[in-house]
Amino acid sequence: MAVTEIRITGFGGQGVILCGYIIGKAASIFNDQHSTLTQSFGPEARGSACSAQVIISGERVLYPYVTAPDILIAMSKDGYLTHKDKIAEDCIIVYDKDLVKLEKHGPKVKTYGVPATRIAEELGRKIVLNIVMLGFFGAVSEILPREALRKAVETSVPSGTEGLNLKAFDKGFEYGLSLKKETVATA
Amino acid sequence: MKADPRNVLTGANYLDGNHASAEGAIAAGCKFFAGYPITPSTEIAERFARRIPLLGGVFIQMEDELASMNAILGASWGGLKSMTCTSGPGFSLMMENFGLGIMLETPTVLVNVQRGGPSTGLPTLPGQADMMQARWGSHGDYEVIALAPDSPQESFELTIHAFNLSEKYRMPVLVMTDECVGHMTEKVIIPPAEEIELVERKYTDKKPGEAWPYESTNGDIAPMLPVGKGYKFHVTGLTHDYRGYPVINAEAQKLKVKHLVDKINKNVDDIIWIEEKDTDDAEIVMLSYGISSRVMQPAIARARKEGIKVGQIKMVTVWPFAEKRIAELAGKVKSLIMVEMNYGQVFLEMDRIARGRCKTYLAGHAGGTVHKPEDIYQIIKEAAK
Repeated sequence: MAVTEIRITGFGGQGVILCGYIIGKAASIFNDQHSTLTQSFGPEARGSACSAQVIISGERVLYPYVTAPDILIAMSKDGYLTHKDKIAEDCIIVYDKDLVKLEKHGPKVKTYGVPATRIAEELGRKIVLNIVMLGFFGAVSEILPREALRKAVETSVPSGTEGLNLKAFDKGFEYGLSLKKETVATA
Repeated sequence: MKADPRNVLTGANYLDGNHASAEGAIAAGCKFFAGYPITPSTEIAERFARRIPLLGGVFIQMEDELASMNAILGASWGGLKSMTCTSGPGFSLMMENFGLGIMLETPTVLVNVQRGGPSTGLPTLPGQADMMQARWGSHGDYEVIALAPDSPQESFELTIHAFNLSEKYRMPVLVMTDECVGHMTEKVIIPPAEEIELVERKYTDKKPGEAWPYESTNGDIAPMLPVGKGYKFHVTGLTHDYRGYPVINAEAQKLKVKHLVDKINKNVDDIIWIEEKDTDDAEIVMLSYGISSRVMQPAIARARKEGIKVGQIKMVTVWPFAEKRIAELAGKVKSLIMVEMNYGQVFLEMDRIARGRCKTYLAGHAGGTVHKPEDIYQIIKEAAK
């Protein structure tokens, strides 16, 4: 079964690690796959560009680190610039439109932008930006069932915030679905 | 005895190796943790500190690692299962009192989440270069038990196993994990409490005034004496007799040290845990432990696909070393390869035991990240020539 490497990048405090945790948990606990999450530790994880890496596979993950991600989720400019060149040839880049300005990529790279910060602000809490991104990623990448991701969100966020976070997830997911529909329509 | 269900988070959890290790300790009935925070081990302490007060246990952040080690020895004599965790620099500081734990024959568990060294080295990146320190880091002559998990799941299981061995053999046991495993998050299946077998401490059945703390020699394990039940006794790091009082002569030294060494050497068949695969017809056998034993898998698979007869041994217990089995293999195979994240530590033991009967190779690495499977593959090719 195929192996999918995912890198999530942003700045410390954005919920980059939680985002990776939820993706990994969705795969391992709610979708009967194997997943391994690793993350950047140390000063770089506190304030400046940081990243989390998830490998999802049908079999046990043996080499734990991501080498050339199939999916790059970029929540900050610095994070994007740090990792934009170390990606798979046919990588899917999922990014926050308002925070990241895309540069030129190879012909096989697919890019999907979402105004995640704005959507989060409309929900009244900018802090759910990462969950909006997660929902969006779920819709455009189609690597995990929506329900698995939702369950992982519900069981990973602080208690009392499940409603808000699921709303953020759904908003991001719906945005992704409509963007995909548009892309198909124009193609 | 089975684990107490109140201590066991049964189910499928998504945990990093450090959190899983803390859960293993809690499931094993550990009720006392003393430590000093150090990256990359701190999550063990954090989780324990959050969880254990609710379960009636104690967490103390100590002033340093020397005190931490002493506190867990004291807690153990006080009747609780105890543990600490640390990494390289803290491990160095714990070494003196680790030796005290060996000499006092005190059950306890020390988890070392290895990072790159020497000195402060690489706080946030992995290493496996404390393996010889684990074996010989404290002064004097003794044997140790050291386990090496390769995943969060094994961090959970082997921490429980470490507690069981520590009670069974009445000594401190080491869990030698590393930053990669400690900070890697994966699914951890925690079984129901009734499926977790625990070894409980043996206390004397003699009456107060008739029992002594060290009533055995030649590797037999003496029961301990409980506190608060009228037993008055003394223990010391000085060479002592069965009563626990110092006896400073060669005769007492021989009895004591022989006992400490025999405890392990007479029970290697019970303690040593290795996992073999494809060794029956192997021309090359790969040996490794912890994260390196996992990372070498893609290289082995590739070599086998090309028809190279590669077998492997994963050493769950690194110490005591699986001497008997390695010696057997050395007389049979063309080459033995040790894969470890250092420039040749456990390799030396393998090489010593091979005694020139086969070629020996080291797939070493300075640490900071794990081996690239490609590099391991190249060494297999070299060994296959």
